[in-house]
Amino acid sequence: MGDLRMPTLGADMTAGTLLEWHVAPGDAVHRGDIVATVDTDKAEIDIETFDDGVVDALVVEPGTRVPVGTVLATLRADGEVPRMAAPVAPEPAVAVPAPPPPAPSAAPVVSAPPVAAAAPAHRRRVSPLARRVAADLGVDLAAVTGTGPAGAITRVDVERATTTVPGTTVPGTTVPGRAAVERRSADERLASLRAAVAALMARSKREIPHYTVQRTIDLTAALDWLDAYNAGQPPARRLLPAALLLRAVALAAHDVPEVNGTYEDDTFHPAPDVTLGVAISLRQGGVIAPAIPNADALALPDLMSDLRELTARARRGVLRGTDLGGATLTVTSLGDQGADLVCGVIFPPQVALVGFGRIAERPVAVNGMLGARRTVIATLAGDHRVSDGHRGSLLLASLDHHLQEPDAL
Amino acid sequence: MSEPASTAATTTYREALREALRDALRADERVFLMGEDVGRYGGSFGVSRGLLDEFGPERIRDAPLSESAFVGAGVGAALGDLRPIVEVMTVNFSMLALDQIVNTAASLSHMSGGQFHVPLVVRMTTGGGRQLAAQHSHSLEAWYAHVPGLRVLAPATIDDARWMLGAALDDPDPVIIFEHGSLYGMEGEPWEESPVRPIDLEHAVVRRAGRDVTLIASSQSVHVALAAAEVLVADGVEAEVVDLRVLRPLDGATIVESVTRTHRAVVVDEGWRSVGLSAEVSARIMEGAFYELDAPVERVCTLEVPLPYPKHLEDAALPQPQRVVDAVHAMGLGG
Amino acid sequence: MTADDARTLVLRNLAEVAPEADLASLPADADLRTVLDLDSMDMFNLVTAISEESGIEIPDRDVGRLTSLDAAVGYLVGAPSAGA
Repeated sequence: MGDLRMPTLGADMTAGTLLEWHVAPGDAVHRGDIVATVDTDKAEIDIETFDDGVVDALVVEPGTRVPVGTVLATLRADGEVPRMAAPVAPEPAVAVPAPPPPAPSAAPVVSAPPVAAAAPAHRRRVSPLARRVAADLGVDLAAVTGTGPAGAITRVDVERATTTVPGTTVPGTTVPGRAAVERRSADERLASLRAAVAALMARSKREIPHYTVQRTIDLTAALDWLDAYNAGQPPARRLLPAALLLRAVALAAHDVPEVNGTYEDDTFHPAPDVTLGVAISLRQGGVIAPAIPNADALALPDLMSDLRELTARARRGVLRGTDLGGATLTVTSLGDQGADLVCGVIFPPQVALVGFGRIAERPVAVNGMLGARRTVIATLAGDHRVSDGHRGSLLLASLDHHLQEPDAL
Repeated sequence: MSEPASTAATTTYREALREALRDALRADERVFLMGEDVGRYGGSFGVSRGLLDEFGPERIRDAPLSESAFVGAGVGAALGDLRPIVEVMTVNFSMLALDQIVNTAASLSHMSGGQFHVPLVVRMTTGGGRQLAAQHSHSLEAWYAHVPGLRVLAPATIDDARWMLGAALDDPDPVIIFEHGSLYGMEGEPWEESPVRPIDLEHAVVRRAGRDVTLIASSQSVHVALAAAEVLVADGVEAEVVDLRVLRPLDGATIVESVTRTHRAVVVDEGWRSVGLSAEVSARIMEGAFYELDAPVERVCTLEVPLPYPKHLEDAALPQPQRVVDAVHAMGLGG
Repeated sequence: MTADDARTLVLRNLAEVAPEADLASLPADADLRTVLDLDSMDMFNLVTAISEESGIEIPDRDVGRLTSLDAAVGYLVGAPSAGA
């Protein structure tokens, strides 16, 4: 029987904080049931079980930050006897009292900036615990003065620093790592999302040699088809142009497989299916790119419905674990309020990103005649380690082709 | 260990070992003791004194001065369904029996697909501090703790000295018990008459609770750590002391659990620092509690020399409480 | 549907779509997409919710007329109600 582990909710995630259990020991669970909520640096995510069974033991307490892969709970098959509830206690030699709260700092310490002169060539000395606590409390280590051996920053220094930063809390009687489950404020969440986006995008620009190609695609046929389709549908069952674009991208990715997959360990791993990432901007700031699995196998209405639900979950900040699992190609669409075109940044470890600018009437020459037609400028940002401009152009050509035949979408 | 001995101390570590032997010899006719000078002389360290008279020469057998021969005989007896307890005078001498212990005793169960077990118990003296010089004083526990197929025990207390042997005999596979030479004379309260059963041969224990730093030790080093912890109290440092007890399989969970609470660790080990028990413990902490560490793991070990004979040099080479205190101070605590 | 009913309906659903928006200070003639930064998915959800709650069918070609709070209210008041 499988254990429930901290999933990786995106290639950049290394750890997550368990916020809440939705099950208790003894509960029966089925594949797909939401069992817990986890806080990544980006969002609160509901995670699902991939097994049927009975919850044996909850291993990780709410509020604990654990690395990806850590067992969160154990499951047993229905009817199987429970495992030992707790590890065998060591021989009770001496009762171990709960650690007392950290001593309050005598006076607020004015943080000094890191010493610039004669700065050591090596990384600043920060204990692993101090780093972790700083991350949990949102403390910028650059503003913390180290008082440990050789000027190392230790936990005490980080906690002291929080007393001078408004809006952060010192964990009073709680032990770090077992902090009471306090959900982060909107500001903290935004800052953390911003930091996560920053890290991922910086990594992308550092590691991936991008090239970009663009193509203006006439959407007259596609949008005429869409208008006709929507005319007969109640609002809830109508389609948005975005759904057509996603569908066309998923199909085109089959024609040019070099854009669909991941690049890891110096090797391109093409993906058999298209797990389509959708960049969703959050009005409060930041962008998140959850994914639609097997987008190439979904009919348009299903794709539209998935997109709608995914967007709603992303906007409410309640994404599920499976929403963030391993996109193989991402689409960013600026929408009708957006700019004419977007030359995007690839989400590592993916190898391409398709961008759509706003759909607008533009002058287009067709058969020697100039006319006003609704067009979109599509771009492809490709990873030059995996593909070249020629193949990228073919992807856009294929996309164009599919959008000219909306009946086949 | 929990209450001060208000009345007279009434027993010793040596007495506890002897009572354990007596108990085992009485309980099972298949048990016998074999080793150099264990009979007429009463054991080089006096552990088996009186047992020859009580149990006779069939069961308290003086062996010739050949570790390879009498440990090998012990392996054969164990395969023949006896329950031999073989005493090797010091771990230094056990090098002569390594082939029997590592290549035969530890391996047969695995090599035979579980058809042959070797229920052998080997007791050996370890450690320095008694001016016996390099060939009688080393702490080579790590050599044995390295080997799959062995269970390796290091009783540091009178209770463990009293009760570990019986449990070791119940193990169908070979068990090595290290008795520290400096502990034989240790006085203390009588052992617990009705210990929790089965006797735990799996776990380390916390001998002293503390919140600031974990001192991890085994055998005699536990007492070094406890003495250091007492000194540290005056500096306002509450040190926790973990007694490993079982060196193989090593109880990483208890170590990690303690360090997760204290965020600092000092490993105190009478073995040498390089490629030894302290290195293993440190690695377990790194693997299991890296993100809990507020300082690098420190180690206080025997200096990397064959142990000297002169007392002042031997004292300088062995881990002393003050060196542990200094290591804790260097972490930014107390000092 | 009265103008007040329509206004309440639109505001309530706007709050669903854009929970972070300060609707009390929203000018009645402001372009919703611009001022509230609504995208096509938001408008889709807004129209779907209003249509389902009011019973008023809002054809796809009319969606573009719901540009502001006033425009939406005007549209709903003038539209034939499904129940009428």
